[in-house]
Amino acid sequence: MPDISANLAGIKSPNPFWLASAPPTNSGYQIMKAFDAGWGGAVWKTLGVPVVNVSSRYGGVNYRDSRLVGLNNIELITDRPLKDNLREIEEVKKYFPDHAVIASLMVESKEQWHQIVKDVENAGADGIELNFGCPHGMCERGMGSAVGQEPEVLKTIVGWVKEVATKPVIVKLTPNISDITEPAQAANEGGGDAISLINTIQSLVGVDIDNFVPYPVVDGKSTHGGYCGPAVKPIALNMLKNCAQHPNVNLPISGIGGIENWRDAVEYILLGATNVQVCTAVMHFGFGIVRDMISGLEGYMEEKGFNSLDDMRGKALGNVTNWENLNLKYKVIADIDEEKCIGCQLCYIACEDGAHQAIGLSEKDGERVPHIIEQNCVGCNLCSIVCPVEECITMVRKDDGSEVVTWKERGEAGTAPTTFNDEKAGGIGHWVPEPKDALKKRV
Amino acid sequence: MGEFKKPTSEQEFEQNFQQIKPLMNKTEAYYESSRCLFCYDAPCQTACPTSIDIPLFIRQINSGNLTGSASTIYASNYFGNACGKVCPTEVLCEGACVYTEQNVKPIEIGRLQNYATQKAIDEKKKLFKLASANGKKVAIIGAGPAGISCACELRTLGYEVTVFEAKEKPSGLTVYGVAPYKITNEEALNEMEYLQEQFGYQVHYNQRIDSVEDLQELENNYDAVFIGVGLGNTSSLQMPGEDLENCVGATELIEELRMNHHQVAMGKKVIVLGGGNTAMDAASEAARMGAEKSILAYRRSKAEMGAYEFEYDLAKGAGVDGMFNVSPLEIQGDGKVSGVKFIRTEQRNGKLESIAGSEFVESCDMVIRATGQSKQVAWLSQIEGLELDKGNRISVNPESFQTTNARYFAAGDAMNGGKEVVNAAADGKQAARGIHNYLS
Ligand SMILES: Cc1cc2nc3c(=O)[nH]c(=O)nc-3n(C[C@H](O)[C@H](O)[C@H](O)COP(=O)(O)OP(=O)(O)OC[C@H]3O[C@@H](n4cnc5c(N)ncnc54)[C@H](O)[C@@H]3O)c2cc1C
Ligand SMILES: Cc1cc2nc3c(=O)[nH]c(=O)nc-3n(C[C@H](O)[C@H](O)[C@H](O)COP(=O)(O)O)c2cc1C
Ligand code: SF4
Ligand code: SF4
Ligand code: SF4
Repeated sequence: MPDISANLAGIKSPNPFWLASAPPTNSGYQIMKAFDAGWGGAVWKTLGVPVVNVSSRYGGVNYRDSRLVGLNNIELITDRPLKDNLREIEEVKKYFPDHAVIASLMVESKEQWHQIVKDVENAGADGIELNFGCPHGMCERGMGSAVGQEPEVLKTIVGWVKEVATKPVIVKLTPNISDITEPAQAANEGGGDAISLINTIQSLVGVDIDNFVPYPVVDGKSTHGGYCGPAVKPIALNMLKNCAQHPNVNLPISGIGGIENWRDAVEYILLGATNVQVCTAVMHFGFGIVRDMISGLEGYMEEKGFNSLDDMRGKALGNVTNWENLNLKYKVIADIDEEKCIGCQLCYIACEDGAHQAIGLSEKDGERVPHIIEQNCVGCNLCSIVCPVEECITMVRKDDGSEVVTWKERGEAGTAPTTFNDEKAGGIGHWVPEPKDALKKRV
Repeated sequence: MGEFKKPTSEQEFEQNFQQIKPLMNKTEAYYESSRCLFCYDAPCQTACPTSIDIPLFIRQINSGNLTGSASTIYASNYFGNACGKVCPTEVLCEGACVYTEQNVKPIEIGRLQNYATQKAIDEKKKLFKLASANGKKVAIIGAGPAGISCACELRTLGYEVTVFEAKEKPSGLTVYGVAPYKITNEEALNEMEYLQEQFGYQVHYNQRIDSVEDLQELENNYDAVFIGVGLGNTSSLQMPGEDLENCVGATELIEELRMNHHQVAMGKKVIVLGGGNTAMDAASEAARMGAEKSILAYRRSKAEMGAYEFEYDLAKGAGVDGMFNVSPLEIQGDGKVSGVKFIRTEQRNGKLESIAGSEFVESCDMVIRATGQSKQVAWLSQIEGLELDKGNRISVNPESFQTTNARYFAAGDAMNGGKEVVNAAADGKQAARGIHNYLS
């Protein structure tokens, strides 16, 4: 069996699966239950001066019959008194000394930061997470993402915390910023030991079109919330990659956002995460999902021959580069497996209306399998993405791999198009139908 | 009229006996597993006699963790692959799926289960941890679902296990009794081969434990004995004409069908006597073997049949006709079956009574008796101190499956009187735990 234990900046846990700071970590009861189910760590629901929440707090995004591909919330930090939380932290640590219990914190003044850091460390927390991410409510009071969006302020507060902290300090970043590496670098400069990302993304998840209010509705009004769940994973992965590749960030990363199964977790680790945190998936399905996460991760590592998480961390990072370094000579063309095709013709219409008119239909009556018009196919992948049949449309490589020419090289060699009607344009000579031919077509 | 032509080749046989739960392809499995809600305290799991963690294994299929999925299934049920095909899921897991509350098609749990385990079997995945040898030995009589499940579990606990099987193939009625359109011989036997390879128990085929001496030898050489002998031959009807040519017992005929496929001779007009699941299977099988007419004749009303409704629907779908409230009096024929004399019946004051003067003869050239399997009373009486209950089932402690002779344990049809593969698999496994407690 591969070793799946994780170590984030000195915080050890039996596996890389942590609960993110959120309702599933509201209480010692929930965290004990989660540890019992197999979770390796938990970031306590953000502690600070307890808040008063509204009733009606979430809005969900469903896609067709899939529920909760996205979740929006307008909840604040903990509404429970600090002393109750501290007592429970102590109790959890007594039962689960080898599991990671992290205290997420959000307060205002330097004195408060000093005090609460000492309090949670005394209670036995293994680490501290600074919530500079909450993008609703708390930021109106100058906390959460209001800090995460100001690298200088963030750095100062990290510094305050480090003045008293003896346990590792994780800085949780907000995605509501144009360049996530700026606060990430500030976290490093301030002395933080690790970063975690992402917190939720500002959002409105939809509008009640009969009563003219966005969701969730609080007595006829609404406010923007924070978006999370499977839909945010691609955004989070990109931010993770940006931080993991940045030379001045240089901190271990706890990956968060849309993680629901082992495969998601593997993707995070391959892009440089040291461990992962989960919120929405647990709010949807409960703690039990960790069993698939653990067995799937172990199975994957075994199959690939990875003995530890260190063996696989960042394996995909080296393969993410700037656009200008991609090989312009690489050429793929779609190929339809006629045996597998069920004749829905989604590929046809996608290419016809949404791409390059490179798929043709059969002239024969009743014959529904389309064909690729190779000379028109630019290899965009669209048809293979819309095809509902597994492995029916594959992208086949056509160049022989012997030539590599990048945009950067063409720019340097002076072979890149530079004027509006440049003969070197990529689309020159590419056949397109006459505009008026469109009028004869059925839509 | 018969809807099936008499099969004359293996290929035609396979066509007539097409699998009703064929192996899913990847796309089917992905779509179907996506539908599962991952219910908490899932009713499907509660309904499974082996309590497979169904939401988990389906989620594992969905996340592409097929090995983990097979592991989850086998952790609860060593006949995971076979059960996916042969279980009456309509009244077990799938019947309990929450989707049925909304009149939405339940998750096809059986086929998903079959899909997940098939890959593990094909790729000979190592999923099991065996304890190191504990020096103790257990003998198992019968390589059916009960016996093999007990053997596997005992191996995980470190026992040396030897199985004695009267026939030449393992899996008991899974290969010799279940209808061929539910599972093929190859499928049933592949899982057995996989299990034996993974668990390393020994099986001696064509080795019937037959006498007091045989039993004595087992007692001398083993620390405990597990009885998984199932039931006996079809019970006699106790009526004239039973020994005519072409009057056959259902289980015996089905066994021949499972072994010899299209080469089995089937009548043109077949009457099946009985109202249980075996009767449904036999009637359906007769139809699929090309009988021009396959008639199911039952003493009581349709509503009182012991068979599951879906089994009757399946038989009807194969072209079987039902005759109800008709009780056989005599099987007629001169050397060979030529018909059955029935009398009509009705319910009077809660009792089934014959209607005087309503006798009639239904002609046919074959009669299949599907009137239940007999209990192996004589054989069991050879074991000292072994008590049977009123229904001639072996009495056991419901937790440990220990019989009234402390060294013997029992499960499966011999103990429950005849249920399903999944019950035998569940109890055989638990009996291994009982043996373990007894011996440690
Ligand atoms: C016609 C028919 C159709 C069925 N269809 C289904 C179905 O679709 N789905 C389902 O789940 N269940 C079905 N069942 C029920 C199911 O097959 C049984 O419940 C299950 O096989 C019982 O398992 P077992 O191990 O107790 O006994 P068996 O499967 O009967 O196995 C007993 C084994 O012990 C061997 N044996 C017996 N005596 C001795 C001896 N003295 N020495 C050595 N070996 C011996 C036998 O040869 C046999 O291999 C069906 C049963 C029948 C009869
Ligand atoms: C209802 C709700 C409350 C949350 N509260 C907190 C919080 O108190 N502190 C915090 O750092 N993050 C909070 N988050 C953000 C999560 O910790 C996490 O960063 C985010 O949900 C992305 O992960 P996910 O896609 O797995 O849900 C909350 C999220 C939700 C849905
Ligand atoms: S999830 Fe629980 S707390 Fe929330 S609205 Fe439903 S019942 Fe109330
Ligand atoms: S999308 Fe796929 S299945 Fe549909 S017509 Fe195109 S190739 Fe065939
Ligand atoms: S009851 Fe149905 S939907 Fe729920 S877990 Fe079981 S199979 Fe899935």
